Amino acid sequence: MLYVAPLWPAGHLSRKGGDHSFLCRIRTITVLAKRTACLISPLAGEMAGRPEGGAKERSPMSLFAGLLAFILLALAILPAHAQSVEDLVRQLPDGSFSDRGRVVQALAATGDARIAPLLESLAAGDLNVIEETGRIVTTSGRGDTVTATDALTGEEIGEVASAGVERIRVNNSLRRAVRTAVGQLTLMSPDAGTRMSAARAMFQAANPDNVELLDEAIAQEENPAVLQIMQEARAVAILRSDAEPAAFAEAVDVIVARGDRQALGILQAALSSADADVTPTIDAGISAIQRHLQLLDVGQNVWYGISLGAVLLLAAIGLAITFGVMGVINMAHGEMVMLGAYTTFVVQNMIRASFPELFAWSLAFALPAAFLVTGLIGIAIERGVIRWLYGRPLETLLATWGLSLIIQQAVRTTFGASNREVSNPFWMSGTFDFYGIAITWNRFWIVIFALVVFAGLLFVLKRTSLGLQMRAVTQNRRMASSMGIRTPWVDAMTFGLGSGIAGLAGVALSQIDNVSPNLGQGYIIDSFMVVVFGGVGNLWGTLVGAMTLGVLNKFLEPYAGAVLAKIFILVFIILFIQKRPRGLFALKGRAVDA
Amino acid sequence: MRGMRRTLIAGIAASLLVSAAGSAAAQDEGPIKVGVLHSLSGTMAISETTLKDVMLMLIEEQNKKGGLLGRQLEPVVIDIASDWPLAAEKAREMYEVNGVDAVFGCWTSVCRKSVLPVFEELNGLLFYPVQYEGEESQRNVFYTGASPNQQAIPAVDYLMNEEGVERWVLAGTDYVYPQTTNKILEAYLQDAGVAPEDIMINYTPFGHSDWQTIVSEIKAFGSSGKKTAVVSTINGDANVPFYRELGNQGVDAADIPVVAFSVGEEELAGLDTSPLVGHLAAWNYFMSVDTPENAEFIETWHAFIGSEERVTNDPMEAHYIGFNMWVGAVEKAGTTDADAVIDAIVGVEVPNLTGGTAVMLPNHHITKPVLIGEIQDDGQFDVVWETEDLVPGDAWSDFLPESAVLEADWTAPINCGNYNTQTQTCGGAQAAAN
Repeated sequence: MLYVAPLWPAGHLSRKGGDHSFLCRIRTITVLAKRTACLISPLAGEMAGRPEGGAKERSPMSLFAGLLAFILLALAILPAHAQSVEDLVRQLPDGSFSDRGRVVQALAATGDARIAPLLESLAAGDLNVIEETGRIVTTSGRGDTVTATDALTGEEIGEVASAGVERIRVNNSLRRAVRTAVGQLTLMSPDAGTRMSAARAMFQAANPDNVELLDEAIAQEENPAVLQIMQEARAVAILRSDAEPAAFAEAVDVIVARGDRQALGILQAALSSADADVTPTIDAGISAIQRHLQLLDVGQNVWYGISLGAVLLLAAIGLAITFGVMGVINMAHGEMVMLGAYTTFVVQNMIRASFPELFAWSLAFALPAAFLVTGLIGIAIERGVIRWLYGRPLETLLATWGLSLIIQQAVRTTFGASNREVSNPFWMSGTFDFYGIAITWNRFWIVIFALVVFAGLLFVLKRTSLGLQMRAVTQNRRMASSMGIRTPWVDAMTFGLGSGIAGLAGVALSQIDNVSPNLGQGYIIDSFMVVVFGGVGNLWGTLVGAMTLGVLNKFLEPYAGAVLAKIFILVFIILFIQKRPRGLFALKGRAVDA
Repeated sequence: MRGMRRTLIAGIAASLLVSAAGSAAAQDEGPIKVGVLHSLSGTMAISETTLKDVMLMLIEEQNKKGGLLGRQLEPVVIDIASDWPLAAEKAREMYEVNGVDAVFGCWTSVCRKSVLPVFEELNGLLFYPVQYEGEESQRNVFYTGASPNQQAIPAVDYLMNEEGVERWVLAGTDYVYPQTTNKILEAYLQDAGVAPEDIMINYTPFGHSDWQTIVSEIKAFGSSGKKTAVVSTINGDANVPFYRELGNQGVDAADIPVVAFSVGEEELAGLDTSPLVGHLAAWNYFMSVDTPENAEFIETWHAFIGSEERVTNDPMEAHYIGFNMWVGAVEKAGTTDADAVIDAIVGVEVPNLTGGTAVMLPNHHITKPVLIGEIQDDGQFDVVWETEDLVPGDAWSDFLPESAVLEADWTAPINCGNYNTQTQTCGGAQAAAN
């Protein structure tokens, strides 16, 4: 706590019997300066080993000292200010994380405009200290020497040896302190976005000391969204102080109106310190929020189920072609998915190297590439292996399983055994809020993509001549052949289409899963499950099957846990297949027996 | 007369021993064979291939220094294909067909458990380089990875003391290491005064990829107003989708930090780590540790593997320590004979890569520093806390009532992997394996 001494003459004096509450009450000092005095002097009191309550008695002596402190502070505030910020900044690198958290608080209390950006770069890990001079700098460039810039003044220092520059370490508790401090400093920033995050930070770290600061901010605020968060932050701060019952009840109302899980936690915590007459209001609020959350949980689970269903649909839909339409048990299907994901990796790397400005749209390039690569490999597999094995399901199963091992090991040898990094483009990162249900963008786009692929496949099967020929060949191969359809060519195209769609699935899965040689293995069983459950040979069955299994799984998971949920689903499918061996949507008619 | 006879027998025995040693020495011309028993294909290849490479590097380096006992070392690499019964078969093959003198290998606990009987039967030496659940000590196995008291317990202490965590999610993959570790942690937390309703335990299958429900449960659990942290024993491939979901659902490390025991530099390689900055890992080694030994190790590794991009991690350091300890013990014993090495290795000291010294303890575990690192946006860890002293590995947890009375000591006179200090009896190898 050394930093207190040189900076805050008031702190010094209050230690010698000064009255910090007196200082706090002086209205002429700005809110920030007041906050500072209130913040620092308890520390000083602690240093002197005196219980805080001691400050409450006011002898003439201490009154005098307090007055003196005030005059000294008023005199010293400008020069001392400039001096102290510099000194405080120099103390950022040393000491324990909690000591440094206090330095951050003290820095925030100075209210200096340069502090917020400085603290932000501290939290981002961009601040360095030049070991020789103790100067805090940001650096640019790499190599033996780097260009240093003074972090506080922005003054260019020039080249320094990178060996003599050490990064200032931050941990989570320090980051939290910075977040709160930046929140305090930017609460009145001209930019609404900054004010919003400041208000959120104040909500997270609600502290009774901040009520006045928030009051001032609320009085100025014009943006209704920011205003609401600020009022909520103020309400939490009041709930954590020993406010009067009226203010307390008002704060409870604000939090109940917020109505989310955090609000619930805050109310539950407030219950213990509440007066008896506020308790019923809190209880009512808690149960209202709980009811609302239960409803939301159902919605949330439906969404999770749909998004899991979309992933299953994507993985299974290619198999619905090769297994469902052609009847080939293709164990290498998962590897087609994996190859699609690796194609995405290669495409992203090429784009990063050659056209970095197009990176956000890399997936748009990866989709056709993956379709082509896996489609061609599919055709090669059909021509090379599977066509010799039609009508021999067991041999097909073994041959394609062997192929899957070969492809896996080939990828492992080419790309290495470890995961490859495929980045999410910016439009696939983060969450948005849909009536209280948190929806992640990547899952959202995957659901859309799965539906588009499904619609596209339906279109190909029902509206193109290739689709017509495929259906003809499946329904009656010899008749189709007699009508002049080149059935071997149709077989190859069908298998290619199924594999190509697996490749498309791989592009999507690269966004949520590992890109490793094992990627496909995780999906092969699920895919078969979906196709068999939905009904072999029926695309709509695959869609309904995937969504049903997805939603079922997600409703079971919160109760049974992920492991048991998976087992229940398997048992369910076994029982279901006993009852309806042809799945949900069984094909009827002669085609079944062909 | 009887005394006479006894000395005679002793004399004969001694001369037999000498001649046996002599003939052994005569046989021992040619290279010393070192077995490397890792999965180079299948699900575990992702982690174990690197360990195979680091072993080849260590053997090559040792050969450059003139080998061992004046003989060259020769690696025998066998792929166990992530298949545990196969691992036992291949371990046998290493001894019976290839004639190795020591084996470095395995990653998963189930691999170790399935090869254990082979090493016991053939009196072999296994150096096991991965952090594991403890509750085991075997005469023929040397545990150079961390036991729970060298990883899990200090990590929880850090979160409790430095971050003020009061509510805990113990999330793991559903198999023996997470389950045992979580059992120990649960007991430890409850001893420390954490209420049972403030502990949430969650298991997921291997390779779990849909983390939406669990991450939202964690968020809900963490919104009670008490500071919450996740202790993750999630293994292997499931980590990438887990961290992605955390990032996407906006779980900020400053609010709910995740401390992982199975996520190292290698696992982060397939991930954009910028949304994960601040999440933690507890290990005994990080690539970012700034010591001359580590700088040299990384440089050698990059030169050996031919890429500046490749990272180093904790199990690699464990192999480095284990290999050097074995070398030290063989030099001390003057032979590669298993019994002699087992006797000689206890007390062998070798430098570790983080600037301290690792000592082989009588329970066949080693001393290690414990480091807590935070994930950085370049995929490395920044050490935010470390233990002041080296922590000796504890085979039997002090926080499980049935294990607290057990000690492992493979030196005379106890010579037992699960010695009950109360009844002063040895539980036997079977009990140790359970």
